[in-house]
Amino acid sequence: MADSPKQFDKKSRYTEGRGIPGAFEGETITRRRLMEGTALAAGGIATMAFALPGLGFALGPLFEDTLPTRWQDVGPEGDFNDETYTPRVMNIDPEIGDAGKTTIYVRKFNDGKDKVIEGQDPQPYVVISTRCAHLGCPVRYIQASQKFVCPCHGGVYGFQGDVEGGPPVRPLDRFYTRVTSGRVEVGDRFSLNSELERFSPRDPSNHLDGLWQYIYPSRPTT
Amino acid sequence: MKLPSPPLPKALRRSPPRPGQNDRNGKNGRNGATVTKPKPKEQAVEGVASVVGWLDERTGASPFLRGFLYRKVPKGTNWYYTLGSATLFAFLSQAVTGVFLAMYYEPDPTRAYESASRITNEVFLGEFVRGMHRWGSTVMIILIFLHMGRTFFFGAYKYPRELNWVIGVVLIVLTLLMGLTGYLLPFDQRSFWATVVAVNLNSSGPIVGPYLADFLRVGSEFGPTTIPRFYALHMLLVPGLIVALIGAHLYLVAKLGTTAPPWLKAEKKDLLKEEI
Repeated sequence: MADSPKQFDKKSRYTEGRGIPGAFEGETITRRRLMEGTALAAGGIATMAFALPGLGFALGPLFEDTLPTRWQDVGPEGDFNDETYTPRVMNIDPEIGDAGKTTIYVRKFNDGKDKVIEGQDPQPYVVISTRCAHLGCPVRYIQASQKFVCPCHGGVYGFQGDVEGGPPVRPLDRFYTRVTSGRVEVGDRFSLNSELERFSPRDPSNHLDGLWQYIYPSRPTT
Repeated sequence: MKLPSPPLPKALRRSPPRPGQNDRNGKNGRNGATVTKPKPKEQAVEGVASVVGWLDERTGASPFLRGFLYRKVPKGTNWYYTLGSATLFAFLSQAVTGVFLAMYYEPDPTRAYESASRITNEVFLGEFVRGMHRWGSTVMIILIFLHMGRTFFFGAYKYPRELNWVIGVVLIVLTLLMGLTGYLLPFDQRSFWATVVAVNLNSSGPIVGPYLADFLRVGSEFGPTTIPRFYALHMLLVPGLIVALIGAHLYLVAKLGTTAPPWLKAEKKDLLKEEI
């Protein structure tokens, strides 16, 4: 040992004192550990190679808006007035038959009753979605009391779709509207907070007042 | 007198009779007794035994099965201890009927209701199998909660069985998820609106809730791929997880053993005897 060149006597700082079997002096890593690492890395890469694309495939729809804006004709302007709602059926998703249809309530914008929010152009027609803001049951307009009533948990909304009672967390959603050559057309849905300020469409049960709007964020799908 | 055998090559020489096999004189049994041919029943038993032996020799299954199926159970073990097995059989029944229902069901929004009603009204025994799956789901939930209650009131969740309790809780959640995803599939008014409400309940969770709802619906609205997604969750992803966790659950039961009911105290006399 004394005759051997000095550099071979040096204990490697990588393997020294670790009790690794098969470690030679001067090695920076043992063969066993290298093979372990290689096998684990190969297995990990192979797993990721199918798991990541698969996961992306399953989660992809979370990040794209697959429902393009479609303006739907709901009738001539003469069909609607600004004192009462007229029910119409519109198609949210035409690909799934009856399941994609929903009832909407349409009336003309009422200068006296409707609130105008600063910085938001009022829609020429008020189109109320029948999706209850509590958990999405279909609400119904009662003309006698001028209220929207939900059959599931007793949510009650006033003439403008504002919450008057029950569990709903925000007013009923509305739709964008426009008038093209005398006919009323309905476009995308939007949500409102309790001040009737406009927000991107949210799911039922998502609050929109104060800090809540950050807890239930706008999503890429809408 | 016996003639010497001719010098034939080894392959052609007649081999001497094996023990238990009759020689040319019809005698090779114990003390030269005549060997009687085994009866067909004995032969059948022998055949089964040899197949089992063949498998056992190659898999080493019998020590494992003996330990698993003939393990010792504490005194006082009673009928309440069968609730876990009952849940397992409820799950197996769901799995089997589910596989057969999948042979007729079409996970498409325009075809789902029609194919489900075809199972009920036209397919031979369709109403029965669909009924078993539909009622079996409720039975499974009830059995799970009875099993959980048994575990809780017998104190069987305590050290060292906490992990099994945790696995069991995950299994309950997965089973409820099966109920949720399966409810949409008949696609009638009830299942549609129930699922609308259920997805919106998911959406009410802060921050991740709306994204979870988007994941379940495949987008912001119920669409053409919502049913296929629920179908895939219902028959592939969640059952796979359930099977894996049931395996872990059973492994821990066999490894840790079961507990005695809490009303049984250790018998001190017996203990002393054994210790001496």
